[in-house]
Formats: sequence, C-alpha cells, structure tokens
Amino acid sequence: MAWLQFLVLLAVMAALVVPVGNWLYSVFASEPHTAPERLTYRLLGMNPQEGMDWKRYGLVLVVSNLFLLLVAYLLLRLQGLLPWNPAGLSAQAPDLAWNTVVSFLTNTNWQAYSGEQSLSYFSQMAVITTFMFTSAATGLAAAAAFMRGLVGRSGTSLGNFWVDVTRIIYRVLLPLSFLLALVFVWQGMPQTLSPYATATTLEGATQRIALGPVASLETIKHLGTNGGGFFSMNAAHPFENPTPLTNALHILSMLLLPAALTYTFGRLLGNLKQGWVIFGGMLVLFLGFLTTVYSFEQAGNPILSRLGADQTITATQAGGNMEGKEVRFGIAQTALFATTTTAATTGSVDSMHDSYTGMGGFVPMTQMMLNNVFGGDGVGFINFVQYLVLGVFIAGLMVGRTPEFLGKKVEAREVKLVMLAVLAHPLSILGFTALAVVLPDALKSLNNPGPHGFSEILYAYTSGTANNGSAFAGLGANTPFYNLTIGLAMLVGRYLTLLPMLAVAGLLAAKRRVPVSSGTLPTDTVLFGGLTVFVILIVGALTFLPALTLGPVADHLQMLKGVVLQ
Amino acid sequence: MTSAPIRSPSGQKPGIFSPELVSNAVRASFAKLSPRAQARNPVMFVVYVGTALTLYLTVANLATGRPWGYELAITLLLLLTVLFANFAEGLAEARGKAQAASLRSAREDVRARRLVGGLEETVPGTALMPGDLVVVEAGEFIPADGEIVEGLASVDESAITGESAPVIREAGTDHSGVTGGTKVLSDRIVVRVTSGAGESFLDRMIALVEGASRQKTPNEIALSILLSGLTLIFLLAVVTLYPFTVYAGAPASPVTLIALLVCLIPTTIGGLLPAIGIAGMDRALQANVIAKSGKAVEVAGDVDVLLLDKTGTITIGNRMATAFSPLPGVPKAELARAALLSSLADPTPEGKSIVALARQQGVDAPEPAGAEFVEFTAQTRMSGVDFAGESIRKGASDRLIRLAEERGGRVPPELRPLVDEVARAGGTPLVVIENDRLLGVVALSDIVKPGIRERFAELRRMGLKTVMITGDNPLTAEAIAKEAGVDGFLAEATPEDKLAMIREEQQGGKLVAMMGDGTNDAPALAQADVGLAMNSGTQAAKEAGNMVDLDSDPTKLLEVVGIGKGLLITRGALTTFSIANDVAKYFAILPALFVTAYPQLAVLNVMGLHSPTSAVLSAVIFNALVIPLLIPLALRGVPYRPMSGAAMLGRNLLVYGLGGIVVPFVAIKLIDLLITPLLG
Repeated sequence: MAWLQFLVLLAVMAALVVPVGNWLYSVFASEPHTAPERLTYRLLGMNPQEGMDWKRYGLVLVVSNLFLLLVAYLLLRLQGLLPWNPAGLSAQAPDLAWNTVVSFLTNTNWQAYSGEQSLSYFSQMAVITTFMFTSAATGLAAAAAFMRGLVGRSGTSLGNFWVDVTRIIYRVLLPLSFLLALVFVWQGMPQTLSPYATATTLEGATQRIALGPVASLETIKHLGTNGGGFFSMNAAHPFENPTPLTNALHILSMLLLPAALTYTFGRLLGNLKQGWVIFGGMLVLFLGFLTTVYSFEQAGNPILSRLGADQTITATQAGGNMEGKEVRFGIAQTALFATTTTAATTGSVDSMHDSYTGMGGFVPMTQMMLNNVFGGDGVGFINFVQYLVLGVFIAGLMVGRTPEFLGKKVEAREVKLVMLAVLAHPLSILGFTALAVVLPDALKSLNNPGPHGFSEILYAYTSGTANNGSAFAGLGANTPFYNLTIGLAMLVGRYLTLLPMLAVAGLLAAKRRVPVSSGTLPTDTVLFGGLTVFVILIVGALTFLPALTLGPVADHLQMLKGVVLQ
Repeated sequence: MTSAPIRSPSGQKPGIFSPELVSNAVRASFAKLSPRAQARNPVMFVVYVGTALTLYLTVANLATGRPWGYELAITLLLLLTVLFANFAEGLAEARGKAQAASLRSAREDVRARRLVGGLEETVPGTALMPGDLVVVEAGEFIPADGEIVEGLASVDESAITGESAPVIREAGTDHSGVTGGTKVLSDRIVVRVTSGAGESFLDRMIALVEGASRQKTPNEIALSILLSGLTLIFLLAVVTLYPFTVYAGAPASPVTLIALLVCLIPTTIGGLLPAIGIAGMDRALQANVIAKSGKAVEVAGDVDVLLLDKTGTITIGNRMATAFSPLPGVPKAELARAALLSSLADPTPEGKSIVALARQQGVDAPEPAGAEFVEFTAQTRMSGVDFAGESIRKGASDRLIRLAEERGGRVPPELRPLVDEVARAGGTPLVVIENDRLLGVVALSDIVKPGIRERFAELRRMGLKTVMITGDNPLTAEAIAKEAGVDGFLAEATPEDKLAMIREEQQGGKLVAMMGDGTNDAPALAQADVGLAMNSGTQAAKEAGNMVDLDSDPTKLLEVVGIGKGLLITRGALTTFSIANDVAKYFAILPALFVTAYPQLAVLNVMGLHSPTSAVLSAVIFNALVIPLLIPLALRGVPYRPMSGAAMLGRNLLVYGLGGIVVPFVAIKLIDLLITPLLG
C-alpha cells in the first residue's frame, strides 16, 4: 500500500515535469512583456531592456534583498502600531525579528516563534507571505540567469533580474497560488481576517481557536519551497493540512518547480536528455532516502517491542514508530512528506522529526546537507550543478581532455568558485554546531542529552544553512545566540553558494564553445548521471559522516541496544 | 640503428627504480623537507604540519611521562607519507634529468672553432654566445645548437635521434638546423650559434623537469585548487570533530584526529601530482620530443584537429611503381622487361620499386653483360641503361617524347591519354623507350602507409579530425585523401593556406596541432596550439613551435597527442582513486575514534579491525604505502587506448572508482592482521 502511494504521487510529479517545465521555459525565454509587467517596470523605474552580466545580476539580487530585509525588519519591529492585529500582539524582540526576517528572506522559513502567538495578520501577509513570493522568485530568477550562463548563447548577459523576478511572480507563482488556494479553501482551510474564534469545549471550558488567512499562505509556502507555517504546528495542524488530499497537494507543490526546472534547462540547452539526466540523478537520490526513512520508521522501536508492544503493520493499525506522527497520514504519507520537505528544502512538517528513529532522522538531515535532491526553488538546481561541474572535472580528466562542461572548458577560476560554494555548506553547518556544543549557554536549550541532543543542534544549523527551515524540535531556539547564529547560517547558505555559482555561469558564458566530438565527455548519459550521484555522496555526504555518526547513527544504535539516557 | 643514449643498449628503457635514480630521489626526498618546498603543495603541506604537531605531542608525552609509543608511530608514519610524496617527485625529476643529461652529455667538452673577423680561434663549446659563427668540418662535433649559414654537410644525428643513417643539412634550405652534440660526417659548414650555453632547448627542458623552476600547468593548477578545496573541507570536518567528541563526553585524541585528517585529504593524488606532471615531460622526452613547456604537453591531449603532412605521415616517403600501361601493340611483358632492365642498377627507391613490380608480375631478367647504367640528372631528367647496342630510357613524358623524336621514332597519339590518366589518378607517369620505340608508361603512385587508414578511423572515434597537407594538385590530393581516409585535405598548400586553415579551425573553438620544418612554416607553427617542429628544420621553425621532435618523424604528432591524453587521464584516475579511498578509511577510523563515547558504534567496524589503535595505524600505513605503490603508474601514466569518451569514462570509473572503494577495505584489513601481533 505504502509503495503504491509513493508510486502514484511520484508518477503525478513526473508527469507534471514536462508541462510545467515548458511553461517555465516560456517565462525564461520569451521576449514580449505583458501589460501589468510593463506597468510594474515603469512604476518602479526599472529598465527591462538592460542585459546584466553576472556581477550586475548578483549585485542587483543582493541589494534588492538587502532592501527587503531592512523594510521587513522595520515592519516586524513596528507591529504594535500597524493594522490587522486583532490579538493585539506586540513586536518581536530585535534578535528574534532579525532571525525571522533573514529566515523568510532566504527562503528558509526557520521559525523561532510560533505564528499565532507572535505575528499579527498584517505581519503574516506583509512580511511572511510577501517574502514567500519574493524569496522563491529570487531563487528561480537566479536559476534562470544561471541556466542562461551555462547555455551561453547570449554573450556575457545573464538576463535581467527585475524582469525575471516580475515574470516569475506574475506568470508562475501568483496564478498557481490562486488556483491552489481555491482548492485548499474547498478542502476546509480557513482564509479570513476575522479574529480568533472562541469555542466552548465539552468540559465547558473556553477555547480560543486561532484563525487567519491560512490558505493563501499555504499555497505559496509549498510552491515557493518556503515551509513556514501559519501555525506553530505547521502542516500537522488540521487547518494547514485538513485532508489527505491537501497532504498530497502539499507534497506535489513542493516538488513541482524544482523538478520542472530540470526540463526547462534541457529545453534552454536544446538537449532534453541533459535535463532528464539531472532529473534522474535527483530522483535516484530521492528514492534512496525515501526508502531509508520509510523502512526505519515502519520497523519501529525495538525497546517497545521488548515491552510487548505490537509494531507490525496490519489492516487495523499503522504499526512502526507512530510517535510524533499524524494518525490521519500514517507512516507512508509522513515518510514521503518528510523526504519531500527536506529534499526540496521546504521545511514544512506534518510530523515531529524529533520523534523519528535515529536513522529516520538521519534522512532529513542528510538531504539538507546535500541540499540538491531537487532542492529549493532554483537553488536546488544550482547546487546540483555544483556537483555536476565537480564530476565533469574529475571524469573529464579521465577521458584525457581538459574538462569541458556543456562545451565550455572548466578551468582554475571555475573550480575555485565551485569549491567555495561547496565549502560554504560544511563551514556553516559544522562550524556553528561545533560552537554551540561547547557553549554551556547554548547547551541549556537542549531537551535531550547524548546523541539525540547533538542531532537537535546539528539539525538546527543544517536546516538554517540549507535554507530549509524545518526544526527537529527539542531545541529551545529562541535565544539571542541561536537567533543570531542560525540567522548567519541562513545567509551563508543562501548567498555564499548562489553568488559563486552565478559567477561560474558568468565565466562559462564568456568562454568560447568547444565543439562536441566523440572524444568529448558526454554529460547527458546515465553513466554520467550515476557518476554525479557518486560525487554527491562522496564529496557532499562524506564531509558530514563523522557528525552524522555522532548524532543520528549513534542515536539509532543506542536505541537498538536499548540504551536509555536520563 | 645504433642505440640512442636515452635507451640502454638492449633497447629497453631504464627501469623506474634503477639504483642510481633511486638514490638521487632518496636524497631529494629529504632535501624537499624544507617548509618552502612543502608549501608549494597545499595537500602535502597539511600532512607536513600534522607531522610537526604529532611530533610535538609525542615529545610532550615523553616529557610528562605519559605513553608515547602510539604518538611516535603516527608521527613516523606521517613523516613517511611526506617522504614518499617527495620521493615520487624526486624520482620523476631524476628520471627526466638523467634522460636530458644523457642527451646533453654528447656535447660537453667539445672544442669550437669560432670565426672572429675571418680568423679561427679555438674556444670551449660552453663559451659560445648566440650569434657566434663556428666552423665544423668532417669528423668534428657541432658545438652548439645553430643554423648553417654556409655550406652543406651530412650529419650523424644518432646521438639525439638514435637513427644511424646520416642526414643532409644545408644552408638556405628548410633543413638548415643543426643540434649541438651531433657529428659532421662530410664537408665543411659554418654554423651561426642560436643558443648560448645553458639556453638550448635541451637545457630549457631540463629546467622544466626540475622542481625549482617548474611552472604548474593550467590544468595542474585547477586540479590543485580542487584538491586544496577538498583538503579544507576535510580539515573543517576533522577540526569540528574535537568539540563534537567533547560534547559526547570522550574527547578524541588529537593524534588520532590528525591521523584521520591525513587519511581523508587526498594525499595520494596530492603527493603524486608533481611527479605526474614531470613524468609527462619525461615521456615526451622518451619519444625524443622536447617540449618547451609542460603546458604544451597538456594541451596536446585536447587537440581536435591534426594537420598532417602527406609525405612521410600518410604516404611512404617515395612514390612506388604501381602499374605498367603499354601502348597499343606492345605486350605488357615487353614494357615490364624494358622497365626492369633500365632499373636493375638504379639505386633510387623508385627504381627499386619498378624492379619489384616487374618481378611481382612474373617478369625477370638477369643484368645483361656490359650494361652501362645512365644515372638520372636534373639536366637529362631521365635514366636508363645501355648494353649490346640497346638503349633503354625512362623519364618524364615531355622529355622522352623529345628523345623519341631525336631518335627518329614515332610518337603514337595514344601516349598522351595514357600519361594523363596516370596523372589524374594522383600518380607520376614515367615513359619508357627502347631505342627509338616508345613502349608505354610506368605509373608511380603514392603508397598510403599500411594501417594508416585504421589509425585515422581510430582517431576519428576519439574525436580527432585529420587534415592532410600536400603540395599536390587537388585531384591527386583528393585521390590520396580518399584512400587514406583522412577527414579533409589542403591541396597545393602554401604556408599562408596552412595559417588560414589553423585560424579558421580555432575560430570554431578547436585546438589544432601541426608539424612543420621550414621557415615559412613558422607562422603556422606559432599559431597552432601544438606546433611540433622537426629538429632538422630551420631555427625559425624551431623557435616558433612549442615542441621539437629530435627524430624529425612526421608521425610523431600522433604520439604526442597520446602522451598529452595519458597525462590528463593519469591525473583524473588517481584523483578518483584517492577520493574513493576515503570510504574505507572512514570505516576504519570513525569507530576507533568514537567507540569510547558510544560503544554501540563498534558495529561500524565492518572490517573487524583488531583494536582502535590497530585500526588507525592500519589506515595511516595504507595511506602512506599507497603513494610509493602508485609511483610506477604515475610515472608511466595510465595506458591510453583510443576509444570514445563515453567508453573510456566507463572503463576508468570501474577500475579507479570502484577499485578505489574496494581496494583499501581489503588492504587495511590485511595490514591490520599483519600488525596486530606486533602491537602485542
């Protein structure tokens, strides 16, 4: 049954790759501007005709993001003075506001606060929901520029940032979100500005039920691989994820754009096979991780078996490790959701990752460390290409030629930039984790000792750096230390991988194309896709193996041995 | 063929580990321990610093009375790792130097007769400056590289080429270049010295293989950056491990952490990388090619288009008789017999080929008594034989028609079509006359070298395009091009045409290699990405190219491409192997490192290594030993077999990728079994 569910959902996902990929292609490649777009350019004083080289593109991207950061920070700090605040919530503290703004700016959506107790309706819409659009659009725009550079037919110009962002929001994100929001409202999601509802429980007590413009946030939350929930419980909350259908739609919308980008790239390149090889590489990794998390969760906890609990899967019970999981979704849907949300680095959750078995928790962490199994909107593709270039470099030598990627020679400068991008990830994840585990104050935030506690910290920085945003929970992260350092991790993870890779695309674009011959290393083959997966696992994953061993692996082995830590 | 100096008398190359080279390399291994030398190689520098740290920890433990045996063992093993890497580089340098030195030895202690103001003075060869004029006569050695400005001589170049047959070098021709250390066999020449002592191509090449002045090539730099990046990543992974293990309640031993770091960083390729580059130059030298830079060898692997001279590369140097076409009324055997008789005493290859063809067709005759052979001269443009009142001549058609008329013979109208037919097919027609009777035509044709067609097909599969360069007319050129299976041809090629063709291919992003010898080839040689000048060529050509072929062998270009590819493949293969090794090393060291904190992690010890100490030592020993074990591969290079890129990738991934994962598991386990009894 579980495998059938996986098969159906992934088949639908794969079927959507071609139409959505074509759609994105037309957005990236078409010439004419629509009327609302022209109006936007005129109002904001942008020149849509300007061709930007990688430096200009990167600069505009960073400066526009910085501007958004400042405005959003002010809005959050002034929340008490702004409208649509029926619960009368006061402003977030400076460190929390910094963390929140950076988190949504970088498409991370790490939430050190709980939405219903910390943010007004205005903040949810003006900051959170707005950023969900802009951060996703920024990532996709970066991917568009990156692809243009790799394809290298437009000289040094990688396109126009303003045009890319505007088109992606107007032509892709807004229409999709609108349609999906209607479906979600039909499925029972609230979409209202009215105050929290008050109910009387069976015991006669009064309960305040938080409401709000939930459906509009939920759509872009997943389409934009954002992940920040309206409520603290995120997609485990019945208002965010009322039915199995919404659960399935959440999963599909997370993978929709990252998966389709592979096809878009194939079309831009004029080599669909190359796009499919990238898609295939991502899918193989995804299936491997999905199988791992599902098997370990379904196997359950041997300590409970020894105590006489029946954990087998039958018609009447889910079996396995159901701790922290929604009974509405069961283990299969939860495993698929967890794999998807950490593959596409969305970060929404419909279960408590903290409650997984050790090896169950290993999967979300590892996927975020890789950050390219489909990955976040736009950036996942860029990150995958990082390893593709590394693979090309090593394998290219093995065919006896100076390595070439898509007909461009890969030389010292490109290798340097790729290595910078590859290095940024472990630097942030391992560096900040190392700092946190030796600071007594930081350790006070832990709920668990031993490997599990270590996993909680490691997960937090991994999630921040990968711009995922999901939490392992169990870590009281709303402290100045964590707010500051996780905020920094998010910035490193976003810009120190994105900008070097944009530079790589810019450098490659400016190079002369080497004609393909039979002596050239073909990068659009199954063999090369396999090689890339190998490089991802060896270079990407081995870096983190010691940390993973001390965290989830040790955690799992202790569980198997029945070790209970006090 | 006498033995070339770089080959031992048996014709074998000197062994990689010959005692003299090894002792030089061992000395170099220690000399290279200076921090300055180590800093050139970031990966090995990390090992170097790690060794210093473990040494400090050993001494500190010794001073404070704590156990220090394990620390000392790791220190020594790390030192050994550094030394092995130094040894690899030293050995490659020693080999290169030995080869170059043996080439150079020939010219040492040569006295030179320098011309100053028309007067001769005798000076040591080493005192010559560029521009000096020296006189060399039969029996004397040429004291320095130079160009003949006066005279013509036959020169024995066997000292550098290994080819015993003398070659003709003449002033004002495309064969005016001479090399120091070669011997003049006849005549007297005046040579203008083009390179002072220590500046000849050979000296430059020797400098290229020596560590100090060796420039890293572009691809080597890119790979070094990749390896440095990986080293940084693993440094990060290992440094952060210390706080992680502090958290886990059992701080890791710093010595073990350093051991882990050294095992994870790509020391195998890092240690062998300089040796691989030098070995590429060595291999070029073994092929008697002097590369002016390491980059030139590297670029050779990337070449897309080969411009090949027809003569000597595609066809056998001389034209051969391929058919007898008699005039009407003349039996074929009669024509063959006359041609045979006229050629029996003819020493030229054309003459010999006529004899061979006639005999092949069953026509044979003994040399007639009293036969008098008439040699070919530029004036008569024919050759032949006179005996017993008979006079047979063979030669160019216009000359022989005139001869027939002089002798009062008839010129049949059928002769012209016969001659034209041979010319149209790319051959040279030789007309044969017996007394006053014209017999017919012997066709001399270019003979495409056996196997060359297959060779070009192979090159095509590798993605290389071949272009034949010839002075022939387009018709002839096309016929030969078709027969040889080249991808294109340039007929009636002038040096300007060659240059234009190279530029055109380069515009399309292709890299072009060519070979040339004449002064008018110099611009094209300079423009080509790989310009291989023949040593027999002019000084201008040798200066313009980025490689010089001492053998002046036109097929050398193909060999050079193979050497370039082999160099890159070796780097790629050892990088893959080095990185793939990390999997096993992790499984050896991580359980050993963490088992104190979390005893459950013992299950990760999949190799069943005896103890944490033996596990770490085994991994470090493997890591050190793999460097010398791979030296032969690094120096000889991964054998390059022509096949498509996809096929080669599959093969090398299987050997070096999968092999790189599996081999260390087995080796570390074996080392563990061996050292366990020693640890007690």
